[in-house]
Amino acid sequence: MDEEKTPKITAERIKKYLENGKRFDERKLDEFRELTIETGVSKKAEGSVKVKLGKTEVIVGVKMAVGEPYPDSGDKGNLMVTAELLPLSSGRIELGPPKIDSIELGRVIDRGIRESGFLDMEKLCIKENEKVWTLFVDIYSINDDGNLLDAAGIGAYTALKLAKIPKYDEKEDKVLYGEPDKDLPLTDKNPIVTTIYKIENSLVVDPTREEEDVAEARITIGSSDKSISSIQKGGSEPFTTEEISNALDIAENKWTELFKNLDKQLKKQK
Amino acid sequence: MAEVKRPDGRKKDELRDFSGEVGIIPNADGSAKYKSGDTIAVAAVYGPKKMHPQHQQDPEKGVLRCTYNMNSFSVDDRIRPAPSRRSKEISQIVEWALEPVLLIDDFPNTVIDVHVNIIQADAGTRCAAINAASMALAHAGIPMKDMVSSIAAGKLDKTVVMDLNKEEEDFEEGEGPTDIPISLTQKGEITHLQLDGKISKEQLKEAIEMSKKVCKDIYKEQRRALKDFVKQEE
Repeated sequence: MDEEKTPKITAERIKKYLENGKRFDERKLDEFRELTIETGVSKKAEGSVKVKLGKTEVIVGVKMAVGEPYPDSGDKGNLMVTAELLPLSSGRIELGPPKIDSIELGRVIDRGIRESGFLDMEKLCIKENEKVWTLFVDIYSINDDGNLLDAAGIGAYTALKLAKIPKYDEKEDKVLYGEPDKDLPLTDKNPIVTTIYKIENSLVVDPTREEEDVAEARITIGSSDKSISSIQKGGSEPFTTEEISNALDIAENKWTELFKNLDKQLKKQK
Repeated sequence: MAEVKRPDGRKKDELRDFSGEVGIIPNADGSAKYKSGDTIAVAAVYGPKKMHPQHQQDPEKGVLRCTYNMNSFSVDDRIRPAPSRRSKEISQIVEWALEPVLLIDDFPNTVIDVHVNIIQADAGTRCAAINAASMALAHAGIPMKDMVSSIAAGKLDKTVVMDLNKEEEDFEEGEGPTDIPISLTQKGEITHLQLDGKISKEQLKEAIEMSKKVCKDIYKEQRRALKDFVKQEE
């Protein structure tokens, strides 16, 4: 069976429902599906987590290595965020080199973290202009039922929060994997991205696959508490100024809600 | 002849804790997870579906297409996510291991995609991949005449052992390690066999016989997971 986009008849029905402020699964327009996190997905990662948003599932792992800094930031560590949309996670994803959606996903999450100031990059410097820690945050989709963006953002943030820097033998220039040494230098600017999707005149969060197919545009807002640090508007329909303003309000509320939820779950798992 | 002491104290034919689970990826037509110690493989099956590109269609039968890949964070030194020469070869090996049990002559011009991802690696990933893929195919309801069960057999110095872990793969005493990943049907047919190292004819035969025995236990677990899933659905 070839996976096709959501049929027109379903699309029409989704829109009809939204006109009356309703969704198929009876959620409110600004209501997320159940969010669960499970830590320690891979022992080989310096930090890893599985994130489930309803049926959507991603796993995120943080690996660290010692390498050279970039010439223009010799006193700072490196951060690399990549996303792999696996054909395993959906019948729609084809084999082959990363396509634009996985490239964009990785970059949007990268900016959400980088620009928030969550990581104190200078503290990841071992020897100026010579040796710094490189952090790899790798996102893998396991089941795509919509809103991979927010699931990936939550995963990247929690995996970094859990990650431990391994011991490093400077003389031998060897990272002793499996021997955690210290926490990452994190600040209290906890970055969480929330994406608001536009379907006709409605703004919804955390769409299922069907809803995401119907959405004409989206805006991903990366913030840490009250301060906005990254935005990506996607899709070819425009937003009105009013819609943007509403989206910002929704994102702010969701940040608080998600942060509390994650904080509680993380404490439980520790 | 002194038997080798295994680093984790296992008997020579003792497997690590292993378990299977099916139905873990809702989008897929069939899916499964197989764990052996710290090695974890997840597999998803999509199909039979129309084969694209068209020139790869076979008008006489369905085509099995497997892809194996390791997560970048499944090992100590991060691996680049793109397919490597190693992962491409293993993809082919997985395909060869499973094809003999599939009855897909009735699905001309279609493809059955099996995607396997290694989430955590502690040796024996191709065997875990084959075990997971075999379960996922059965879970997808693909007609099969048998199941395939796979084991990372091996030899440490002079002793034949089952289910090598990473520490054993790096074993340095005596004759060192020999890897013998092997996959078997319940009938005892060998659908996959590879070897790296040094071994006598007699000991290789011993390894195959021992593998047959332990693969019966793996098969039982694969079947249990499938049956439990059916029960759960009812």
